[in-house]
Amino acid sequence: MTEPLLETRGLRKTFGALVATDGVDFDVRPGETHAVIGPNGAGKTTFIKQLSGELRPDTGRVRFAGEDVTPLSVPRRSRKGLARSFQITSIYRDFTALDNVALAVQAHAGHSFRFWNSAREDSSLRRPARQVLENVGLEKRANILAANLSHGEQRQLEIAMALATQPRLLLLDEPVAGMGKDESLRMIAFLASLKGDKTIVLVEHDMDAVFTLADRISVLVYGRIIATGTPVEIRANQEVRAAYLGEDL
Amino acid sequence: MITSRTWILAAILLLLAAVPPVAALLQQPFYLDLLRRVMIFAIAAISLNLILGYGGMVSFGHAAYLGIGAYAVGVLAHHGIDNGWLQWGLAIGASAVVAAAIGSISVRTSGIYFIMITLAFTQMLYYLGVSIEEYGGDDGMRLKIRSQFSGLIDLNDPTAFYYLVFGILVLFLYLTHRLVNSRFGMVLQAVRSNEARTRAIGFSPYPYRLATFIISGAMCGLAGALLANQTAFLTPEFMNWTRSGELMFMVILGGIASTAGPLLGAAALLLLEDALQGWSVLPKWVHEHWQLYLGVILVLVVLFARRGLAGLLPGRERND
Repeated sequence: MTEPLLETRGLRKTFGALVATDGVDFDVRPGETHAVIGPNGAGKTTFIKQLSGELRPDTGRVRFAGEDVTPLSVPRRSRKGLARSFQITSIYRDFTALDNVALAVQAHAGHSFRFWNSAREDSSLRRPARQVLENVGLEKRANILAANLSHGEQRQLEIAMALATQPRLLLLDEPVAGMGKDESLRMIAFLASLKGDKTIVLVEHDMDAVFTLADRISVLVYGRIIATGTPVEIRANQEVRAAYLGEDL
Repeated sequence: MITSRTWILAAILLLLAAVPPVAALLQQPFYLDLLRRVMIFAIAAISLNLILGYGGMVSFGHAAYLGIGAYAVGVLAHHGIDNGWLQWGLAIGASAVVAAAIGSISVRTSGIYFIMITLAFTQMLYYLGVSIEEYGGDDGMRLKIRSQFSGLIDLNDPTAFYYLVFGILVLFLYLTHRLVNSRFGMVLQAVRSNEARTRAIGFSPYPYRLATFIISGAMCGLAGALLANQTAFLTPEFMNWTRSGELMFMVILGGIASTAGPLLGAAALLLLEDALQGWSVLPKWVHEHWQLYLGVILVLVVLFARRGLAGLLPGRERND
């Protein structure tokens, strides 16, 4: 079997008496879409923050692409190819859509201690940024201020920024959160088009999205992973059903 | 891209360039002095706008660099060194070093902590100035000889000095314009707009913010050197927190994160001050309580022109 692209061993994080992450072993194989689901308060956000570097685990390690990245900051992990989208839309609202994506390209184009030439006229940033916008279907909205995009478009922009960093792994934190039915179907179709090409960790509440996209699913309950398996296996798992207390899986 | 705003800024600069001959024609040399003062403060405000407007770092201690720049000139002159290259070089260099020291601590913080740290450091410098008797302590000291530039330019000639300040102003306007639109400037504004996102796409904000803080301090140091030559006198008051507040007000009044804003703000504040105090057409009760009326006007501007004076101009900057 190939070595996992991302792997955690014995990850543990507490906040006072609350054990938010409780000895999590987790792995993501190259090319797979691995979903993390769990009831509210299961510790999904705490977990993903330890993958991205926003939180440090109390104990345990995070390995990425064969390297221990546990002590690395968010920007360092990003430059190693770990890109993240946020549950609550996090974009540059006062910049245009194209500026948003061009900044993500720029972050991975060497240092930015360049003081003279206009970044907005730099085709080595603008061209790839336009390409990514086209890929996510936002090319016609390139010059609109991000604040003026619809909620669905802002979610797409968020993914576009993650993609523009040419990541080896995408951490998607509830990419269809707050979307209408049509918008969320379009987003799911778009994410499906990335499958195989990109390795994805998908944290999501929307079960349609999870069961459509995931190759494997891990179920997080009270900071522990109680099951990992294919969608079919997870659907049949009694413990998982109990955790969701009759919610339709 | 040439916008209507660029034309307005160009028109303002042309007007400023025309001040010396017009003032001479009207035999009103006072206006030369007043507008030179406006431009010096505009240079200081431009430098503050870099960190406050584009960087989103509310520095309440920017007067520190005015003071350091002024003292660099004054202290060297006091010891008999009146070479302007040395004096101004020291003004810029010492400001950059102090900004690096203050910035390395303050730039890690944000919000109220950033304000308090920059304020505290500047007050420290202020009290240092007060305590050194050798350089006049509380009373300050006179600058007996203005900075000498090996005969190249004579600062005792009001017109020559005026055009030197004008040239530096235009240069700084252009430099900041380049800087804020460069890759560096994009990162700076990205951090202001959304720091978490900026980190997530792979930028470490700290070195960019610190570099901006140092550049801004160095620019303001030069404004301080100009100010010492303008007044031919310097006191610790140059570094007092009220002076920092004035600089902030110029930036906010003019319109933060806009190219022309600091110039408009400095001009509006200083010219209003002058008009309320001195215009003989105004009744006596205005002269007597001019600060009160200035305050009312400023409150109205802040209330009704949220983007400052630059926001009232037609057209818009791309980043507004």
